[in-house]
Amino acid sequence: MNSVTVRTLLVRGMLAGVAAGLLAFVFAYLVGEGPVDAAIAFEEANSHEHGGEELVSRSLQSTAGLATGVLVFGVAIGGIAALAFCFALGRIGRFGARATAALTGLVGFLLVYLVPIVKYPANPPAVGNPDTLDKRTILFVLMIALSVLLGIGAILLGRRLAPAWGNWNASIAAGGAFVAAVAVAMVVLPSGENTPKGFPATDLWEFRLASIGVQAVLWAAFGLLFGYLAERVLEPKPARGRVSTLAA
Amino acid sequence: MAQSTAAPTPTTQTLTPLPLRAIAPWAVFFGVLMLVLLYFVGAEQGATALVSGEGVHEWVHDARHLLGFPCH
Repeated sequence: MNSVTVRTLLVRGMLAGVAAGLLAFVFAYLVGEGPVDAAIAFEEANSHEHGGEELVSRSLQSTAGLATGVLVFGVAIGGIAALAFCFALGRIGRFGARATAALTGLVGFLLVYLVPIVKYPANPPAVGNPDTLDKRTILFVLMIALSVLLGIGAILLGRRLAPAWGNWNASIAAGGAFVAAVAVAMVVLPSGENTPKGFPATDLWEFRLASIGVQAVLWAAFGLLFGYLAERVLEPKPARGRVSTLAA
Repeated sequence: MAQSTAAPTPTTQTLTPLPLRAIAPWAVFFGVLMLVLLYFVGAEQGATALVSGEGVHEWVHDARHLLGFPCH
């Protein structure tokens, strides 16, 4: 019975992830492609070795390619977030299904994207030396892992302190401990900045803002859609759910 | 009060946690599967490559940049 509930929630999380990915794709296409094209124009104007034949044309990359990537990302995030939701449900305080789903989306956005990019922000084409790609990839994954682990640690700390300190003070203490630990990690880890000389600051800013927007749309849409779907599984309306509730 | 699950008050009731051993098998199997998907969107044919060539990298190129992954 409980295993069936987990499976149902997992499937619905992945469906919510697809829908959220679709919205994020529309946002990325409308808002993000302009800064990407501007960066590619800069790259072509300043590159010495570029100019080989294209494997995938720009018109495919900016439509079908972009959609593939964002949708697959949405499915994967939806599945993982749905599993995190299953763990969090009834364990993080007095929240219903919808509120827990919204919190899962918000905390996921913070821990998986917003905190890591404070240290290693999204870079458009032309920004980033191919020779340091290995190092930057490892550092980016490490930063996400640290952010997620410290975030989970902070949530556990908050739950531990709550009975003695009250929810308000325990949440502030846990949040403060998280910020302090993340700040130490960011200071210790090496910098990832390597913007080429002359790259327009406005393009960089607009690209990074668009990237934040894509992820914000994806996580927000996931949290709200999944909350609706999960609530119908976990808190069925009395008219439909009476028989099963009484049986339990 | 101990029998709170029998009361159908859907809006404010605290939900019963799902048991960890019901979640674990799904979390292990699908968690790994989802991470493989993330790897293909975010890093395949970048820092490491399971499939030779540049096809995967080039196809998801724009998504990789806009989602925040290091691309090249």
